[in-house]
Amino acid sequence: MKHTLINQVKLEMDSRSVNEGFARAAVSAFAAQLDPTVEELTDIKTAVSEAVTNCIVHAYPDTRGKITLWVRVYGDGLVRILVKDRGCGIADIAKAREPLYSSLGEERAGLGFAVMESFMDKLSVRSRAGAGTSVTLEKRIKGRAQ
Amino acid sequence: MPVQLHYEKCRLTAFLSGEIDHHSAAALRGQIDQSMMKLHPPTLVLDFGEVSFMDSSAVGLVMGRYKQLCAYGGELEAVNLSPVAYRMMQLSGLQALARLKPKTPSELGAEKEKTYV
Repeated sequence: MKHTLINQVKLEMDSRSVNEGFARAAVSAFAAQLDPTVEELTDIKTAVSEAVTNCIVHAYPDTRGKITLWVRVYGDGLVRILVKDRGCGIADIAKAREPLYSSLGEERAGLGFAVMESFMDKLSVRSRAGAGTSVTLEKRIKGRAQ
Repeated sequence: MPVQLHYEKCRLTAFLSGEIDHHSAAALRGQIDQSMMKLHPPTLVLDFGEVSFMDSSAVGLVMGRYKQLCAYGGELEAVNLSPVAYRMMQLSGLQALARLKPKTPSELGAEKEKTYV
């Protein structure tokens, strides 16, 4: 099915944890033009927060790098969000997507990808060791009209 | 103050508020752990009533405190959970480890009146 692009925004930010809040607020503000419900916006904010946190804690564990967010909205209510880093990459994507698996000790729940999967309609992950990771999140906004 | 701590009748209650993510969780953890180390409460209650947003970092916060309580046989409750918070805690299987209490329908009804941006 062909989706008609109606608007897009691209943001680049440093991998600082204070930007987690900025990233989800910015995406949520942009997605608001599709007239989503409060619940739909919460789902999007949560998924973006997980994706950006992954970049900060996993992609750039000991360095500071750039995170790119690219948000596109389509005529049929689809919102597609690309979260991209040029960090260390994920060696084993299947393992990383397993619920409750975390490479980082007990203060991380290991739920990042599980939450993205559960709160969005579609999640895809592409990664290359040493080159970075791209996460694409999609959700079809049904909105307040229904 | 992102967390208010209150100790009464063997229960240490942490009233959490605002947004809980990886960035804010570190400070919350520090404050709760300081009280826990001092008091060794038989029950720790994490009250999510005033939490406006949380991601899985909040689940990590709950799990981390659970492990500390386990070390001396304490119990954990997570209360006033929004539907999203409850769903996320269940994704993690926390219901087997802690007592999870969602918000009541009347509390949720009152919340619908508010508008979020």
